[in-house]
Amino acid sequence: MSRIKARFELRAKEGRKLLIPYFTAGDPKPENAVPMMHAMVEAGADLIELGVPFSDPMAEGPVIQRAMERALEYNVSLHDVMAMVAEFRQKDSETPVILMGYLNPVEVMGYAEFAQAASKAGVDGLLTVDIPPEEATDYVAALKAEGIDRIFLIAPTTSEDRIKAINDASGGFLYYVSLKGVTGAGHLDVKAVQDRVSMIRTLTELPVGVGFGIKDAESAASIASAADAVIVGSAIVKRIEENLDSADNANKAVCELLSEMRAALDK
Amino acid sequence: MAESETEVNYHQPDEKGHFGVYGGLFVAETLMGPLTELRLAYEKFMQDKDFLAELDWELQNYVGRPSPLYFAERWSKELGGAKIYLKREDLNHTGAHKVNNTVGQALLAKRMGKTRIIAETGAGQHGVATATVAARLGIECVVYMGAVDIKRQAANVYRMKLLGAEVVPVTSGSATLKDALNEAMRDWVTNIDDTFYIIGTVAGPHPYPAMVRDFQTIIGREAREQIQQHEGRLPDALIACVGGGSNAIGLFHPFLDDKNVAIYGVEAAGDGIETGKHAAPLCAGKPGVLHGNRTYLVEDENGQIIETHSISAGLDYPGVGPEHAWLKDIGRAKYVAIDDKEALQAFHDLTKIEGIIPALESSHALAYATKLAPTMDKDKIIIVNLSGRGDKDIHTVAEIEGIKV
Repeated sequence: MSRIKARFELRAKEGRKLLIPYFTAGDPKPENAVPMMHAMVEAGADLIELGVPFSDPMAEGPVIQRAMERALEYNVSLHDVMAMVAEFRQKDSETPVILMGYLNPVEVMGYAEFAQAASKAGVDGLLTVDIPPEEATDYVAALKAEGIDRIFLIAPTTSEDRIKAINDASGGFLYYVSLKGVTGAGHLDVKAVQDRVSMIRTLTELPVGVGFGIKDAESAASIASAADAVIVGSAIVKRIEENLDSADNANKAVCELLSEMRAALDK
Repeated sequence: MAESETEVNYHQPDEKGHFGVYGGLFVAETLMGPLTELRLAYEKFMQDKDFLAELDWELQNYVGRPSPLYFAERWSKELGGAKIYLKREDLNHTGAHKVNNTVGQALLAKRMGKTRIIAETGAGQHGVATATVAARLGIECVVYMGAVDIKRQAANVYRMKLLGAEVVPVTSGSATLKDALNEAMRDWVTNIDDTFYIIGTVAGPHPYPAMVRDFQTIIGREAREQIQQHEGRLPDALIACVGGGSNAIGLFHPFLDDKNVAIYGVEAAGDGIETGKHAAPLCAGKPGVLHGNRTYLVEDENGQIIETHSISAGLDYPGVGPEHAWLKDIGRAKYVAIDDKEALQAFHDLTKIEGIIPALESSHALAYATKLAPTMDKDKIIIVNLSGRGDKDIHTVAEIEGIKV
């Protein structure tokens, strides 16, 4: 069984929700990535979503854009990100890790080559923001061949037919984008999210995670009432940005936020 | 079997927006719905007699079409080879070919009931053309423009503001056209319910490359008719500059099945291809995925997009329309590059010899004509797309030459 599936099943059995933090690999410095991942697990993270820096992150708000620019000052590449996961795996073989990024770095590496390298490094899934299932036939086949889960986004604007197609191409879990906008936007409508997630559940067997716009323990808990997992990105990256001078302080600030969220989810 | 003059076999893209292996639809999920809505509206209205009649009327009476096909006799003699005709898109309202497309998309926005228009711009020509049609239709307009471009195209920024548009400076990334496009996409994803995004070139996700092309092919359709009136035959060669490539595809497309017409797209070599400081994805890049489509890109070995360089803000873009990528691969068009110096020389030549100040973008196409024409016989014919006028560039040129205007 994949690590992602195992973790969702375990939490479902316990009646708990997954907490999925995101940060950009290499932000603010490449050497901080692996310690940050371990610290996140310590603070209650169930699955880590590691952002792959890209020069043109079209779906990101300003907070994650700046994180990517900081990481790119060190030329952090897709190869480097997989090396970070491999290093993380030396001490943690349980916590699932997915990569989140844009298609071009994967395209340039080649789908099959990426899938083999990712599997070897201990990567469990890939979320590529800018590849819809319509364009993803070869991509899905290459990832499936190496047992890498395909995570796709579902938006407030996604039709029922497309949800079915996305579900067919997906593995691991479905990622519902809670609002129309970029990452870190501020207009979360909890009731609307609950309604949409209930509808999505009628079309899938996969667990459903919800992300975009979750800022604190309170919003995490209210979204968790509808979802199997909550995904937190910009709120974490913001804390890293507030502590650029000290990796320890950044880790501490991030872990504080995650602990609060963990407590709120488990209440 | 006798070889025919005309092969009627070119039909791109497919129903999913693929030009061979290029093009397609690579966007975040939130945009899939709005792009489908746009594609359906575009397919419907391009078959709608009332819509097409309204578009025609606008092109004639507001844009000022048809634009002349002008025989540059003195310049041709000077170069000592083929006869050069200039397709005078610089004489359109707002001074460039961009308005052909913005008029079309704005009419589409109106039919779709959208109340807000956004656009990205590089040199500012597309921004001005968008602000212009938005003003005329009384629709709110926001234009995203790289902070670097805002500085080098101050006159166009002021023009947009006069026209009532809000110009938003984009400081992320390299603060040029590609970043303006990223920011416009972010706006669109946030405001999809009421907003129409007018992309200015034949790039972006399907249906933009096909739709913008269809609005720009008026250039080639007119040129085809005009050259037959002037010369009684088709030209031997076409030349146009290629940034995203909308003026070029507009000229080329109606000639694609005429295999005796040679086609040249001219990219910006900037400081020179060998320096790495250029904007020439077709001549020196590799295929990849950016801004919603698969195409040639200026990128590094890790798939990061590299900052491009060109004297011309309108060509300063790391990608290119996917149809150009396909035309390159199948060998139907040839892509070459002209550096900043050569473009500047052509800018001066045309100004002095023909009394026409060309845009720096178009000067790249003109510079290639100065290389090609002398290699051809005097009875051969070249059409160069003079895609825009150069008034917007006089400050850039003066500054390079150390002159205070």
